[in-house]
Amino acid sequence: MTDQNLPAEHSSDANLPAHANEALPERFEDPGLPPHIPRRADVDEKAAKRAELQVVALFTLSVVGTLVFLVAYFLIDIDARAYVIGIGEISLYHVVLGLSMAASMGGIGFGAVHWAKTLMPDTEIVEERHPQASPQEDRDGAAAILRSGWQGSQLGRRPMILQSAGVAMGLFSIPLVVQVAGSLGPLPGEELYDTNWRRGLRLMIDPSGTPIKASDVTLGSVFHVMPEGFIGEPAHENLTAEEEMKAKAEDQVILVRLDPSDVKSQKQLDWGVDGIVAYSKVCTHVGCPVALYEQQTHHLLCPCHQSTFDMTEDCKVIFGPAKRALPQLPITIDDEGYLVADDSFREPVGPSFWERG
Amino acid sequence: MKKLAARRRSPLALMVLLLLGLTMTGTAYAALQPKADPGTSAATSSVDDIAAGEALFQANCASCHGSNAQGGVEADSIESPGPSLIGVGAASVDFQVATGRMPLNAPGVQAPENRMNLKFTDEEITQLAAYVDSLGAGPAVPDEQWLDLEGADIAEGGRIFRTNCAMCHNSSGTGGALTRGKYAPSLMNVDEQHIYEAMLTGPQSMPVFNDNNITPQEKEDVIAFLKDVEDGGNAYGGNSMGSLGPAGDAAFVWTLGIGLLIAAAVWLGRKAA
Repeated sequence: MTDQNLPAEHSSDANLPAHANEALPERFEDPGLPPHIPRRADVDEKAAKRAELQVVALFTLSVVGTLVFLVAYFLIDIDARAYVIGIGEISLYHVVLGLSMAASMGGIGFGAVHWAKTLMPDTEIVEERHPQASPQEDRDGAAAILRSGWQGSQLGRRPMILQSAGVAMGLFSIPLVVQVAGSLGPLPGEELYDTNWRRGLRLMIDPSGTPIKASDVTLGSVFHVMPEGFIGEPAHENLTAEEEMKAKAEDQVILVRLDPSDVKSQKQLDWGVDGIVAYSKVCTHVGCPVALYEQQTHHLLCPCHQSTFDMTEDCKVIFGPAKRALPQLPITIDDEGYLVADDSFREPVGPSFWERG
Repeated sequence: MKKLAARRRSPLALMVLLLLGLTMTGTAYAALQPKADPGTSAATSSVDDIAAGEALFQANCASCHGSNAQGGVEADSIESPGPSLIGVGAASVDFQVATGRMPLNAPGVQAPENRMNLKFTDEEITQLAAYVDSLGAGPAVPDEQWLDLEGADIAEGGRIFRTNCAMCHNSSGTGGALTRGKYAPSLMNVDEQHIYEAMLTGPQSMPVFNDNNITPQEKEDVIAFLKDVEDGGNAYGGNSMGSLGPAGDAAFVWTLGIGLLIAAAVWLGRKAA
C-alpha cells in the first residue's frame, strides 16, 4: 500500500491547457488523484466537536426511538386512531411503531455514516494491483500434477471405464428429473372441460344464495350468479373452503336481461329466457372475472387487460387480447318459475389451454 | 434571501422542492375537494308540486328530453338527445339532479357529478321528481329506514360490494375507468340517499340492482360498508394513496422511494465539507 498525497506540480501539469504546437506525449500520463483537501473537522477543533455532538445526537435519537417503540408496543390500544395532516384518520399504533422504528434504525445508520464522513480518516489510499498470473514454476507444477493424475487413472489406456462411467452418470440423473416432473402434480384430465353447472341446477344470487325468478331480472339489471349448492349456506356447510373457492373460480356467471330486439344472435336468444342471458364470467384471455357491465352499450369489460365483449352479439370479443367469445350457459325456467340451467356449459370456460388450442 | 438563493443549487433544494410540491398538492386537494350536500326527500307530492315541476322541466330539461319527457329527437342543435324519462321514477330524478349530473353541462360520454354547482333547490328537485314520477311509475326516493344505517351489517355489505360493485368502483369504492373515456365515479363522500338511488335506478352506464337482486336491507349494508371505508375503516397502514391498488403503490415507490435511495447513495458518496 502506498499513501499518496500527491505533490502539487503533478496536479498543476494536468490542469494546463494543451497547446497546438506541443507534440502529444507518447502515452497519456496517469494524472493521479486530485489533491487531498482537509475537511473542516480536520483543521478546526470546534467543527470536530460539533460533528461529534451531531453523531451523539443521532445515536441518542436511535435510543429514544427504540424506547418509544417498546413503550408503544405495549401501551397503545391497537384500535386507537390518529389524525395525520395530509393522510387522514389512520391507526395510531402503526404510525407510532413505524416512526419510532424509523428513528431507531435511522439514528444508528445516519450516526454511523456521519461519524465516518466527518471524523474518521478520509485520506485517499491506492492499492497497486499485482500481476494475476502465478509464477511459471507453480503453473508447471500444477500441470504436472494433473498429468500424473490422468496417467494414474489409466483412462487413456482403458476407455471402457470412461464409457461405462458416463452411462452410469447419465442414468443417475434420471431419478432426479423424474422427481421434479412427478412433483408437478397430476394432469388435469377432463376437469378443464367441465364446471359444476348441471341441467336443473338453479341460478343463485352471489353471495346471498337466493334463487332468481325470471321477473326479478328487469331490463338493465345485472345479477352475479353461482350454481345452486355452491353458494350461500349450503356451500358453507357441505364444501371445504378450497372447494368453495374452486367453484367460485370456474362457475361464476353473469346474468342480464337484454331487449330481444337488440340481440343479434338467434342462438343467444334460444339459450336464454325472454332476453335473459347467462354467460361465464371467466375471461377467455387469462381468467379474470369479466364483470364490468355497461348497461347502455351492453359491453362487458375485463378489468385486467381491457378485453371487451359485446353482450348483444353472443359476447363476441370487440377489443383486447381475449381470443374467444365468453361461453353462454343455456338457461330455462323450472316449475316454480325460477331460472335454472338447461345444461352445463357446452364448451370449456376460461382461458384457452394446450389441448383445446 | 441571499443565503437561500446561494443554496438553490444544493442537491437538498430539489428534495425540499419535491416535498413542498407534494405537500401542497395534497393540501390543496383536501381543501378543494367537494363536500357532500344533504339529499332531498321527495316523499309527498301534491298537484301543485307536479305543476311546478312541469314548469321547471319545460324550462330546463325539455330541450334534450323532449317537451313531454318522451326522449329527445336528433337535430342540428342537439347531437345526442336525452333518453325518455317516462317510468324512470323520482329516485332517478333526485339522483341525477341532486348530485349535479343533470342538467348536463355539455354532451359527452360521461355525466360528471357536479355537487359544487347545483342548479336547483331541494324543493325544486322534489317538484321535478314529482312531475317525472307522475308520467309513469318508477322507483321512489328511498325510505329513511334504509338510510339511517342502524343495525346494518358492514361485513355482509362488504361481501355484496365485492361481488356486485368492486369491479367498476374499486374494492375501496374510489372509482375506476370504463371503456372509451367513461368511468365509474368514486363513492367516497357520496350521500347515503344517492348511493341507494344509484343502485336502484342504474344511472348512465351502471346496471340496475333492483330490490330482488340486492334487497333494501342489503343496500343499507353496502352503504354502511362504504361509510365505514370513508371513515378510515380500512386505513391501517398509512396513506391509502387513493386506494388505487398496486399502480399507486408502485408510482410512490418508484418516485419517492427510489428517489430517497438515490439521495442516500449520493450523500454516502460525497465527501464531507
